[in-house]
Amino acid sequence: MTTIVEDIRASARKLLEDKTVDCVIGFTEGSVPMQARPFFAYTPEETDLLTWNGFCTSNLANFLIKREGRNAILAQGCVSRNIVGLIQENQVNRDDVYILGVHSPGMLDPGKIKAAFAGRNILEVRENGQTLLVKGKDFEEEVSRKKFKRDNCYTCTHRNALIYDEFIGEQGKQTGGGDIDKVAAPWDKLDPDQRWQEFEEEFKDCIRCYACRNACPLCYCKVCFVDEHNPQWCGKTQDEPDIYTFHLLRAFHCAGRCTDCGACESACPVGIKMRRLTSKLEKDIRDKYDYQPGLDLESQPPMSVYRPDDPEIE
Amino acid sequence: MAEKILKKEELDDFVARLKSKYRIYAPLEKGGEWEWSEVEQGKDLTFDFFNSSLSPKKFFFPQTECLMHFRNDPHEEKGMLMEAEAGLDQPRLLFNIRPCDAKALTVLDKVFERDEESMDVYWKDKREKTVLIGLACTDPCPTCFCTSVNCGPHHEEGLDVLQVDLGDRLLLRGISEKGEQLLKDLDQAGTEDSQAAADQKKEAEGSITSGVEMDRIDSRQTLEVYDQAMWDRVYESCINCGTCTFYCPTCHCFDIQDETQGEYGRRVRNWDTCMSWLFTHHTSGHNPRGTKKDRVRQRFMHKFKYMPIKLEGSIGCVGCGRCTQRCPVNIDVRDVVNSMNEEHVE
Amino acid sequence: MKNPYLPYPVRISKVEIATEDKTLRTFEFEFLNREDAAAFTYLPGQFAELSIPGFGEAPIGIASSPTEGDHLTFTVSRAGKVTTRLHNMEQGDVMGVRGPLGHPYPLKDMKGKNIVILAGGYAVTTLRSTMIWLLHPENRDNYGEITFIYGARTPGMLLYRETLEEWDQRSDVKTYITIDNEVEGWDKYVGFVPQIADQVSPEPDNAVALICGPPIMIKFTQPVLDKMGWTGDQIIMSLENRMKCGIGICGRCNVGPYYVCKDGPVFTKAQLDELPKEY
Repeated sequence: MTTIVEDIRASARKLLEDKTVDCVIGFTEGSVPMQARPFFAYTPEETDLLTWNGFCTSNLANFLIKREGRNAILAQGCVSRNIVGLIQENQVNRDDVYILGVHSPGMLDPGKIKAAFAGRNILEVRENGQTLLVKGKDFEEEVSRKKFKRDNCYTCTHRNALIYDEFIGEQGKQTGGGDIDKVAAPWDKLDPDQRWQEFEEEFKDCIRCYACRNACPLCYCKVCFVDEHNPQWCGKTQDEPDIYTFHLLRAFHCAGRCTDCGACESACPVGIKMRRLTSKLEKDIRDKYDYQPGLDLESQPPMSVYRPDDPEIE
Repeated sequence: MAEKILKKEELDDFVARLKSKYRIYAPLEKGGEWEWSEVEQGKDLTFDFFNSSLSPKKFFFPQTECLMHFRNDPHEEKGMLMEAEAGLDQPRLLFNIRPCDAKALTVLDKVFERDEESMDVYWKDKREKTVLIGLACTDPCPTCFCTSVNCGPHHEEGLDVLQVDLGDRLLLRGISEKGEQLLKDLDQAGTEDSQAAADQKKEAEGSITSGVEMDRIDSRQTLEVYDQAMWDRVYESCINCGTCTFYCPTCHCFDIQDETQGEYGRRVRNWDTCMSWLFTHHTSGHNPRGTKKDRVRQRFMHKFKYMPIKLEGSIGCVGCGRCTQRCPVNIDVRDVVNSMNEEHVE
Repeated sequence: MKNPYLPYPVRISKVEIATEDKTLRTFEFEFLNREDAAAFTYLPGQFAELSIPGFGEAPIGIASSPTEGDHLTFTVSRAGKVTTRLHNMEQGDVMGVRGPLGHPYPLKDMKGKNIVILAGGYAVTTLRSTMIWLLHPENRDNYGEITFIYGARTPGMLLYRETLEEWDQRSDVKTYITIDNEVEGWDKYVGFVPQIADQVSPEPDNAVALICGPPIMIKFTQPVLDKMGWTGDQIIMSLENRMKCGIGICGRCNVGPYYVCKDGPVFTKAQLDELPKEY
């Protein structure tokens, strides 16, 4: 067990023993390789089950929405930014949340690992600093951890929690090293037809399970527009226009609010890269409004306010 | 039951003969996953895969399926009257369907063909016009637990033919009469090959190490299982997406929607999921399963308690493990069922 | 093979505003094809999907009795997309009816017994069907005493006023019509259904009670019947849940292992006591 996990458990235990909070929201070891389960510890004893590793890909801020009581939550940079967003949007009360800030090691993409070991059953993946030890029935291989990070973690801009009541472990390197603006750059080179083609290609396999939406801390609408039936904005079929309407509108609803946490892509069972869309929208927001979501509590998300000098977006 | 042998080098011919009658589909590799795709020739077939990502239930119960259509014209006498959709125009053959997925279809038969009044004609049409050539599992996944839910890596139920991969050759066992017919021109398998297939079965079954226990779920009254305290924790991490239900080979809930465009109108059914709050939401605003806990509980109760009661013991699960593999928050069906089955300490 | 999703085409032969607040209308349908009318054999307690192409379907209890002839009667509250559309339709319009669906009241098992009917609000529809059926000369003698207790908020919210009047005049049925609060000119009962039931105090011996009404009415009627010694298998209720297919496949209307559409909507209280309260 790593020190960071010990420290998380110790802090969580203390919070519950002192009755500072009713619950600590974190992760526990998954039942199968390369998965971690969001976990809710209510007693000091339960904190022994907490863990923290590269497979903790769910965005825990999601679980704060409409949650009662006083909760502590484990948050790395992106999750803390989403908590800021939820506070700004009056979904979470700052006083009811105790943020256990952490540094993100850069989360892993099980899809990439599985692809590298295609046709072989992976029985265990152990993280060892900068390497991963991948084990199967009759193989054991050490690979570089860096190669298997999620796409969004390469271009992370804030790996340390931004707001917190307590920071666990050491603050680490703040960025993932990649250039976030480059993620969206390919769109600029394409004409509208090509863009549409690219978009169709990326989203055509969607099965409309809504894992992306439901994993996203921005998607807390009581009735999502795709579920509305009177008026019905969007059909419920697998026909392309219905699928595309869902993804396009959802992306626009998230503009100026997305922290690039990658939870949507991690949750997607068919491997759709939703960031192809959100990256472009967030780049536009940075360019036009000089705004990055969730950096401070005092600012207002640009799409939720109107100013006479708002920039025009073609 | 006849056991036949087909050399893999002769697959092309075998498939070509079948293609004269059937449209053939099989799991083929696509970007690291195996997806059900149309097969052009025998040499495209692969035998070294775990299972298809989505189950083949979509061949019989497509995610979006037009049930009826109408002419959208309220002023015309014949306008606004529903007309049924036609059935399949060509028989189909599913190659390399895994035994668990075939077993799932037999469970769904009991749902879709329950009795005369509830005979789903669209399901029945596709079932009748589809032949299933199964492929036994040699290397089950760590998430597989078929042997504990009335199934297994060489299970034959629902199949027309079961193939066992013997390396350079396939052993084909005709199970239904339809299946025997398909194999009638192939060579008889020798005792050695039959023995190899039997050994493989034993080994595959032995390699499935996880399972679920259901004895107490079966013996307890519905409300006793329903009211267990474990439900208060199981649902917590669930985000109520539909991944488990859409990947599940036995989940079969659907929604019906009407759509119109200009003069054309249709009534379609789409896969639905009990994880969605809308699924049971009354027009009045009342919702009998209004909480996440209600919905998560429903899914497991339905499969492991309600379906066995209603369908002569058939469990709504074949142990394929897809839900556990795909769940974004690692809800493991085995953990849930085993905890439903736990002894209560007073 | 019959396609269970395909509705029978029908024509609206009559529309009436059913209540003073105009949220309920009673529709009478005639089948476009004679053979469909013959195929649609039903009994009181069953329901059908009213099917409007382009809008969808709504499951509604059948208010007519098969003893009344080939036409079908439904009293529909304007609530969602389909029923709102239906309220805008007129006599002569063509649409669909799919059914009959579900199980009727156990009329056979009720033979030789006294029958107590407790109805509240617009849930009275299938009980109207039952009353008409029971009072039909061919059926009346097969049953004992019939007690009919029906309440609505105001006189104007009572459904089927003329029919109620007829029953009130008959000597072979005890009719108790009640409204929530006193109104000038009202000469029948005043009070909630549970209170009237308490006053009437129907004997449970060799009797069956059919109850349909809003949850609040059922909740308060229960203790009244318990007090008089009624047992769970004597009390028959009809449930409603969100439905789509209506034939026990699509999965949403279940209460425990049973689908309200296919295995219900009629259940005894004894059955429901052993099931989750998911309705």
